[in-house]
Amino acid sequence: MSAGIVSAAYISAAILFILSLGGLSNQESAKRAVWYGIAGMALAVVATVFGPGAGKLWLVILMFAVAAVIGWQVAIRVQMTEMPQLVAALHSFVGLAAVLIGFNAHLELIAVQRLDVFARQALTGFAGVLAHKTGVEIAILKVEVFLGVFIGAVTFTGSVVAFGKLAGKVDGKAKKLPGGHMLNAGAAALSLLLLILYVNGAGIWALLLMTLLAFFIGYHLIMGIGGADMPVVVSMLNSYSGWAAAAIGFTLGNDLLIVTGALVGSSGAILSYIMCKAMNRSFVSVILGGFGNTTGPAQEIEGEQIAIDADGVATALNDADSVIIVPGYGMAVAQAQQSVSELTRKLRAAGKEVRFAIHPVAGRLPGHMNVLLAEAKVPYDIVLEMDEINEDFPSTDVVIVIGSNDIVNPAAQEDPNSPIAGMPVLEVWKAKQVFVSKRGQGTGYSGIENPLFYKENTRMFYGDAKASIDKLLPMIG
Amino acid sequence: MKIGSPKEVLAGEARVAMTPDSAVQLRKLGYECLVQAGAGAAAGFTDDAYRAAGVEVVETADALWEASDIVAKVRPPETSEAERLKPGKTLISFFYPAQSKDLLDLCKAKGANVIAMDMVPRISRAQKMDALSSMANIAGYRAVIEAGNNFGRFFTGQITAAGKVPPAKVLVVGAGVAGLAAIGTATSLGAVTYAFDVRPEVAEQIESMGAQFVYLDFKDQQQDGAATGGYAAPSSPEFREAQLKKFRELAPEMDIVITTALIPGRDAPVLWTKDMVEAMKPGSVIIDLAAERGGNCELTVADQKIVAPNGVTIVGYTDFPSRMAAQSSTLYATNVRHMMTDLTPGKDGAVVHNMEDDVIRGATVAFQGEITWPPPPPKVQAIAAQKPAAKAKELTPEEKRAKEAAAFREQTRFQIMLLGIGTVLMLLVGAVAPASFMSHFIVFALACFVGFQVIWNVSHALHTPLMAVTNAISGIILLGALLQIGSSGKLVAFLAAISILIASINIVGGFLVTRRMLAMFQKS
Repeated sequence: MSAGIVSAAYISAAILFILSLGGLSNQESAKRAVWYGIAGMALAVVATVFGPGAGKLWLVILMFAVAAVIGWQVAIRVQMTEMPQLVAALHSFVGLAAVLIGFNAHLELIAVQRLDVFARQALTGFAGVLAHKTGVEIAILKVEVFLGVFIGAVTFTGSVVAFGKLAGKVDGKAKKLPGGHMLNAGAAALSLLLLILYVNGAGIWALLLMTLLAFFIGYHLIMGIGGADMPVVVSMLNSYSGWAAAAIGFTLGNDLLIVTGALVGSSGAILSYIMCKAMNRSFVSVILGGFGNTTGPAQEIEGEQIAIDADGVATALNDADSVIIVPGYGMAVAQAQQSVSELTRKLRAAGKEVRFAIHPVAGRLPGHMNVLLAEAKVPYDIVLEMDEINEDFPSTDVVIVIGSNDIVNPAAQEDPNSPIAGMPVLEVWKAKQVFVSKRGQGTGYSGIENPLFYKENTRMFYGDAKASIDKLLPMIG
Repeated sequence: MKIGSPKEVLAGEARVAMTPDSAVQLRKLGYECLVQAGAGAAAGFTDDAYRAAGVEVVETADALWEASDIVAKVRPPETSEAERLKPGKTLISFFYPAQSKDLLDLCKAKGANVIAMDMVPRISRAQKMDALSSMANIAGYRAVIEAGNNFGRFFTGQITAAGKVPPAKVLVVGAGVAGLAAIGTATSLGAVTYAFDVRPEVAEQIESMGAQFVYLDFKDQQQDGAATGGYAAPSSPEFREAQLKKFRELAPEMDIVITTALIPGRDAPVLWTKDMVEAMKPGSVIIDLAAERGGNCELTVADQKIVAPNGVTIVGYTDFPSRMAAQSSTLYATNVRHMMTDLTPGKDGAVVHNMEDDVIRGATVAFQGEITWPPPPPKVQAIAAQKPAAKAKELTPEEKRAKEAAAFREQTRFQIMLLGIGTVLMLLVGAVAPASFMSHFIVFALACFVGFQVIWNVSHALHTPLMAVTNAISGIILLGALLQIGSSGKLVAFLAAISILIASINIVGGFLVTRRMLAMFQKS
C-alpha cells in the first residue's frame, strides 16, 4: 500500500471517529455510532499494518490475538457497577503505551544518529522519517517525546490509583503526603528542568528520571482526591490519555493519532467541565482536593430524623400517583438496580407515573446511573436529567432517594455558609413525601449534614438499599 | 411506676385516655398500666381487651387514683378528682389553664405535677403529642359527616336519568387543622369547597386539599401566622368589615358552612351574623365548631341543634371527638403515650420531668407545688418567619432588549479576545517551528475544535458509553507501536510489541463494552 492510500484511509478513519462521537447525541443513533468507531479503527489498523514502515506481521498478529481474547473476556465479564474501575484501568493502558512508545522513539533516534549518511538514506519507516529531520526538527521531536512520556506516565499511575480506589483496593479517602501540593509542584518544576537538559543533549537518564517523577505526580495527585470527586478524576484521566496520544502523534508525525488524541482529549476536558459545573466548583479546587473553606457557621438544623418501616413506604407508594426515584452511588454499592427496576415495573403496572431523576455527578463516573438503570432494563425515556425534572418535584407525591446524599441537600440553596452553597441540587424536598433509603445516620462523602433528613415530609428508611427495596416489592400493588 | 386511666366523669364523654394498644407500648416503656372498670366501654374497648393487653382492671375510681403514680385522662379533672391528687402524683389531661384558674390553684395546693395536653407547644418535634390537632382533625371530619346528616341533598353533582343534581357548595371558615380536615372530607365527598382564613400563608395548604381559597381584596392587614406560633390573631375592625362583606356575598350560594375560627385565649369571633343566616337557602346547614367558645355564628346554641325560622339548620355540638370515641381515644392515647416516651428517656418506667425540655416545660402547668403557667416562649420558633418574597423586577421590553444586546456584545468581545490571543500564540509558535511541525499543528488545532463542537451534543445519559468509546479510540496509539515494531533494534521491537498488546486490549475491550452498554438502553 502506498503512502497516498494510507493517508486516504486515515482521513476516512478520522471522519468515522468524529461521526462515532457525534452519534452519541441520542440512544438510538448511538447504537450505530459504535460501529462507525469500530470500522474507523479497523481501517486505520489495516492501512498501517500493510502500509510503508511496518513489519514483523506475525508478531503483530500474535499480540493482537492475545489482546483480543483478553479484551473480549473483560468486556463480557465486567459488571455494570464496575464500569468506573474498568474505564480507569483502560486509561492506564493508554498511558503506559504512550510511555513505551515515547521511549522507543528516543531509542530509534539514538540509533539513527549513530548511522552514517549513506545508511540513513537506506532507512525506511519510522527510522526513515527520523533520518530526514533537521536540527530544529530534532529539538522539537525531543520536546514532543518528553511531553508524550510525561503525560503518559501521569495518566498511567493516576489511572492505576483511580482503579484501586474505585475497586475498593485502596482506601477511597483523600490522602496526601506531608508537603501536599508543593511536592507535585516541585516534581513538575524538576521535570521542566530535565526537559531543558534533555533537549540540549542529555541522555536517556533525563527521560528516565522524568518518567519516575511523572509516575510520582500521577500517584500523589489522584491519592489526594477521593469519594464523590471521582467522576471528575476519571474524566480528567480520559482527557490526559487523549493528550498523550496526540503528543505521540506529533512525535511520529502521524496525523490520525493527532486527530484522535485531540478528540479524546477535548471530550474528557468537556466531561470534567460538566462535572465541575454540576458541583459548582472550579476544576482547580477539585484537583487540589477537599471542599473550599466555609465562610461561617453552618445553619442549625431543627427537628429529628424520623424512621419508617417498609409497611409505611409501601402504603405511601400504593396511594401515590406520581413517583420519582433519585438513585446515587449507594444504589450501585448495594447492587440494588435490579430491585429498583422491579419496583418500577410494579408501580408502572399499577398505573402510576414513575420517573428517575439523575444528577450529573451521581455515582462515580459520568452517566454511571444511566448505565446501571439501562442494565436493569429501565426504559431510558423515564430516566431524566436534573434540569428536565427539577420543576416537577412540587407536583410529585412520593420521592424515593436511594443512596444519594449531597446531590439532594437543600443546604446548597438555603444555607449561604454551607460548603456546597450554590451547587445545583435536585429539589426533592418540594415533593409531598420523601423517603430516604440509607444505611445509617452518617453524613455523606463531604461530611456535610443534610437538612433534608430532618424535614417534616421526610422519612428515613434505614437499611441496605437492596434489602430494603426487596422488602417493599411484595407489598406493592 | 404505675400509670392509670379512670372512667371519664363528665356526662356524655365517651373517650378514654388509654387503649389496649397504647397500654402495650406503655408497658414497653417499663410502666405498669391500670384502668378503671368500664372506662373504655363507651369507646368500644372492653375490660377483657385491657386484661388481654396486660392491664390491671381496677373496680373503683378511688382505688385507681390511689394506686396510680400517673393519672392519664381526657377531660380536665372535676374538683372531686383534683382533690385526690397528692405530691409526687402526675396528672396528664386537657386542662385549659387560662380558663380554669381555680382548678389550677387547687392542683398547686395539692402539690401534684400537671401536664396539660392542650399546652403542648406547636413545634415539629412535639407534633406526635399534639392532642389538640388530633382532636381537631376528628372534629373537622365529623363536622362534614354531621352536615351531611342534616343536609337533604347529595354532596357530589350527578347527572342521572331522573335529572341533573348540582353539587353542594361548602364554605369552610378558618383553615386550621379542623378546617383542613373538613375541606379534605368535603372535597372527597364531591362537594365544591371554598375556604377562608385570615392567614394568607395557608392559601397553599387550602388549595393542596382541593378547595378554593377565598381571596379578600385587602392590602394592609396581611397576618403572618409565624409571629403567633401558627395561630390566628384578632384582626382590625376594617379587616373584619371586609371579611363580613365577602361572607355576605357568599351566603346565598352556600349550602353548607363550617366555621372553625378560634383565637387562642379569647372568645370565638362572630363571623356569620344573623343576616347571613337569613340570606341562606332553606335546607342549608351551618356547623359551628367554635360553639364551646360562644360560636362563630350569631345564632349558635352550644350543645344543641336548632333550626332557624328560614329553615337553616345550625349545629352547635361541642363533643364531635367524643361522638367518634373509638377513633379519638386511639389518637389521644397515642398522643399520651408519646408524651410518656419523652418523659421516660431511660425506658425504665421512671418519669424524668425535665423542665429544660421545651415541650415538657411548655405543657407543664403545675410542678412541685408551683404554678408554672404561662411557660416562657419556646427556644425553637414554631414556624420559620415568612421571608419577604423578593419579587424579580419585571423588565420592560426595551430594558430586556438592551440587556440582551449588552450580553451579546460581551460575548462577542470575549470571543474576539480569545481568537486574538489564539492567533498571537499561533504566530509565536509559527515563528520558531519548522513548516513540517506547523502542518501537524493545524490538524491538531482543528481536531480540538471539532471535538469541542461534537462532544457538547452528547446526551448526559450517554456519558459512560462516551468514556468507553473514547477509551477505545484512544487505543489508536497502537498505530505508533505498529510503525515502530519493524525496527531492527531488539529492545525497540520488544517495547513496541508490549504497546501493541495493551493498546489492543483497550480497543477490543472498549468497543465491546460500549456495544454491550448501548444495547441495554431501551425505550419503554
